[in-house]
Amino acid sequence: MPEETKSPTPPPSGEPKPPAGQANPGSVQSTPVHKPPEKAAAPAKPAGPAPLPWQSPLVSKLKGQYGSGVREANTYLGQNYLVLDPSITNEILQILRDDEQFEYCVDVTAVHYPQREKPFDVIWILYSFARNERLRVKTMLAEGESIASSVPIWPTANWLEREVFDMFGIKFDGHPDLKRILLPDGWKGYPLRKDYGIIQQDQEWVHINLGIDSGQ
Amino acid sequence: MTDPTTYLSHLELGEPDKTFLDSNELIINMGPQHPATHGVLRVILKLDGEKVLGTECVIGYLHRGVEKIAENRTYTMFNPYVDRMDYVAAVSNGLGYCEAVEKLLNIEAPPRAKYIRVILTELNRIASHQLWLGTHALDIGAMTPLFYTFRDREEILKIFEKYCGARLTTHAFRIGGCQYETYDGFERDVEKFLDFVPPRIDEYEELLTTNRIWVERTKNVGKISAADCKALGVTGPVLRASGVKWDIRKALPYAAYPEFDFEIPTGANGDTYDRYMVRMQEMRQSLRIIRQAVERIPEGPIMAKVPKVMKPPVGEIYHSIEAPKGELGYFIVSDGSTQPYRLRVRPPSFVNLQALDIMVRGQLVADVIAVIGTLDIVLGEVDR
Repeated sequence: MPEETKSPTPPPSGEPKPPAGQANPGSVQSTPVHKPPEKAAAPAKPAGPAPLPWQSPLVSKLKGQYGSGVREANTYLGQNYLVLDPSITNEILQILRDDEQFEYCVDVTAVHYPQREKPFDVIWILYSFARNERLRVKTMLAEGESIASSVPIWPTANWLEREVFDMFGIKFDGHPDLKRILLPDGWKGYPLRKDYGIIQQDQEWVHINLGIDSGQ
Repeated sequence: MTDPTTYLSHLELGEPDKTFLDSNELIINMGPQHPATHGVLRVILKLDGEKVLGTECVIGYLHRGVEKIAENRTYTMFNPYVDRMDYVAAVSNGLGYCEAVEKLLNIEAPPRAKYIRVILTELNRIASHQLWLGTHALDIGAMTPLFYTFRDREEILKIFEKYCGARLTTHAFRIGGCQYETYDGFERDVEKFLDFVPPRIDEYEELLTTNRIWVERTKNVGKISAADCKALGVTGPVLRASGVKWDIRKALPYAAYPEFDFEIPTGANGDTYDRYMVRMQEMRQSLRIIRQAVERIPEGPIMAKVPKVMKPPVGEIYHSIEAPKGELGYFIVSDGSTQPYRLRVRPPSFVNLQALDIMVRGQLVADVIAVIGTLDIVLGEVDR
C-alpha cells in the first residue's frame, strides 16, 4: 500500500478546501460573497490544469438573459459546466431542455462542503443527443435551503433526487414523492454528509428493527 | 380490499354474485426474496385481477455505501470496490473507474493497455449478456438456454482466470493501464473463443428467436417508446431497442474504440423481443471488436507513468462508458488529496429500473417477470 490512509472521519476543522471549479482566477467580476477566503487557499495546491472560461452561443445567450445569475461558465478538462444562482436554476434547466435540446438528464447529485457558507453543491449532468454534448449545471445551497424539483422537466430526476435527499437531506420542492430510497424510511441522518462518519449508523433504528446493538 | 365478512353478508342477502376480483384492487408484494427479481428487489404491485395498475419498487437491500467508502479510501484502494457493483460485468466497472481517474490525473493508458482493456471489456459484455439471456429465459419458462449460456460463459471466465486469477470480481485494470501483461497463449485462447462462440449464439437463437412460446411471451410486452426512454434516462440496449442509435462507444468514444469497426444494433418496437434481438446482435458485434483488437494488438508498455501516491489536481470530472447495461458514469471531485472528495457512481441499472412502472402498466402480472428480466438489472449496482 503506497499511501497512508486518513482517519475514517474527515477532520471537522481543517484548512478550507476550495471547491472544485471555484479556484479559477479568471472570473473575478462574478465572484460571490463567500469566495475570497477559498481563493486564498488555492495557490498552495499543486498546479494543475485550471478551468478556463467557456465561450459559446449558449453561454452568451444565458448571460444576456440572466446577467449575474449565471455565476460561472467554465470548461475543465474539456468538460463544460455552468454555476447558477439557485433562484434561476430551474428556469434555466427548463430552457436547456426545451430550447437547447438537452433532453437527457444523466444524473443529479450533490457534494457537501461543510466549511462553506453555502455547504451544498447540487449538480445536474445533462446530455444532448442532437448536439452530442454533455453539460454540467451546478448550484449552491445553504443548509436547510430547498430547490425546485426537476422532475417536471425530466421524469428520470425522480429517483435521482430521492437519492440526493436520502444521502444529503436536500429537499426538492414539488417532487411527487420525496422520501428515502436506499436507506430505510425511519433512518436518521444523511450518510454522505461529511460530518457523518464512515462507521456511523442510526443506533436506535438498528436496535429496534434488527434487535442487535450494532450492525458492525 | 373489501373485508371478507361483508362479502359473505352480501351473499346471504341474495345480491348479485360478486367475485373477489371484480371491483377490488389488490396490493401484492413481490420479493424481496423472489427468484425472478434477480436479487433482493421488492416490487409492490397494484393489481386489478391479473392486470397491473401500478408498481412501486422498494430498493436498498444491498446498499453498502460504496460512495461513502470511496471518500475514505485512496484512489488505488477503491479500485477493487467498483467490481462489486455490477458483479456480472466487473471489468466494465473497472474500466470506467480507471479511465475517470486517469482523466482527472491527465494521463493516458498506453495503446497496448487500451487494446487489452477493450478485449476484456467486450468479453465481459458477452458474458454479461449470456448470463442475462440464461436467467431471462429461465424466468419466462425456457430452461434450456440457461445451461447453454452458462456452459459458454465459462470459457470467458476461464480466460479471465488465466489473465488475472479471478473469474468474477476481476480487478483487471489499474489506474494508468493494466497490471498484468497477457499470459502466453492469450491471443490463441481468445481466438479459439471467437471461433467457438458464434455457432453457439446461433444455437441460442435457434432455441428462442422463432420459438412460438418465446415470441408470445416477449412480443409487445413491456413496450417503451424512444421519447419515454430519453425522458426516463434509460440507456443501453433498452434505449437502442426503442430505435435510438446511441452508444457511448461511438458517440463519445473512449479506450481504443474509435479504431474498431462495428455497428450499433437497434430495434424498432421497443418491446421485450426487440431488446432480446438487440442483445443477441450486440454479442456478435462484440465478437467483431474482439477479433479486430486481437489481430491488431500493438506491442509496448502496458502501464503509463503513474505517481506512486496519486494526488489528482483540484477539480471534478464526469466520465462514462457503455457498460453492458447502459451508461455507467463516474463523477469524481478531487480536493488535491490522495482520496476522492466525492465519488458519485451513475449506475445504469438504477436509472433503468425506474422505467419498470411505465413498462408494465396495463400488462399482466406474468409480464412483470419478463420486464424485470429484460431490463437486465443487477441489484448490486442498483443499491450500491
